[in-house]
Amino acid sequence: MWNYEKRLQYPVKISQTNPQMAQVIISQFGGPDGELSASMRYLSQRYTMPYKEVTGILTDIGTEELAHMEMICAIVYQLTRNLTVEQLKESGFDKYYVDHTLALWPQSAGGIPWSATTFQSKGDPITDLHEDMAAEQKARTTYDNILRLVKDPEVADPIRFLREREIVHYQRFGESLRIVQDRLDSKNFYAFNPEFDNRRSGKCCD
Amino acid sequence: MNDNKPCRQELMNRINAASFAVDDVKLFLDTHPCDKDAMEYFEKYQEMRKCALHEYAKYYSPLTIDTVRTDSCENWSWIDEPWPWQEGGC
Repeated sequence: MWNYEKRLQYPVKISQTNPQMAQVIISQFGGPDGELSASMRYLSQRYTMPYKEVTGILTDIGTEELAHMEMICAIVYQLTRNLTVEQLKESGFDKYYVDHTLALWPQSAGGIPWSATTFQSKGDPITDLHEDMAAEQKARTTYDNILRLVKDPEVADPIRFLREREIVHYQRFGESLRIVQDRLDSKNFYAFNPEFDNRRSGKCCD
Repeated sequence: MNDNKPCRQELMNRINAASFAVDDVKLFLDTHPCDKDAMEYFEKYQEMRKCALHEYAKYYSPLTIDTVRTDSCENWSWIDEPWPWQEGGC
């Protein structure tokens, strides 16, 4: 289960609204490489993961991604607070506003709704961990792209924090992949799938 | 009593810093479960985080359900303070 903690993982305090920027940053909420996809990916993959270290990392990173989703939502919320109709029209935020007013809804910057098709849960640890490492790099690139567009230091600061975490997560998933491979057949990593072929569990204490 | 009241922002910074240390070393320990130094580091910041959360609940408001106090307040304090994304939130 989960417990809510009434604070952000890293503070978000934005004084200047900027609906145009919000429309770009919302992609890290509901876009293809966003935090919602990240969390659902890891939290879905963990159930059949046979190695306790990797189950732990999927659970803990999947949980941290929920906190990142909350930070992104806080950024979007603060960038669109108290907008006037004129500001909505000028910024192009009117297209979002007509469907959601100023509420948060997971979509990409291009308006595509969030979808579970943005991630895979394949049931093979080598496959899933490669996807997880790629996902962290894709999110890092997205944050790099956002940082080229952001001028406001109050926005750039929490975005830099989130970018940094992608790099740490990539490192941990790389270690997880090594842990998995150390427990497989060193002559052929694909000889069996430890999430399906029970004849050799490959568990840590074997 | 009031003289000892810690500064809100300073206490919040302490919670954020200690919690971040816990979050980060927790991931490291998942993939390095035998690292004694990392475990010591974890213990130090976990303790710091626990104390700061209790202090924050005592002087300001609860940030976790485990630190909600019903003895000193008339209202259900969990919903009293601003939410983290709101102005004045954490």
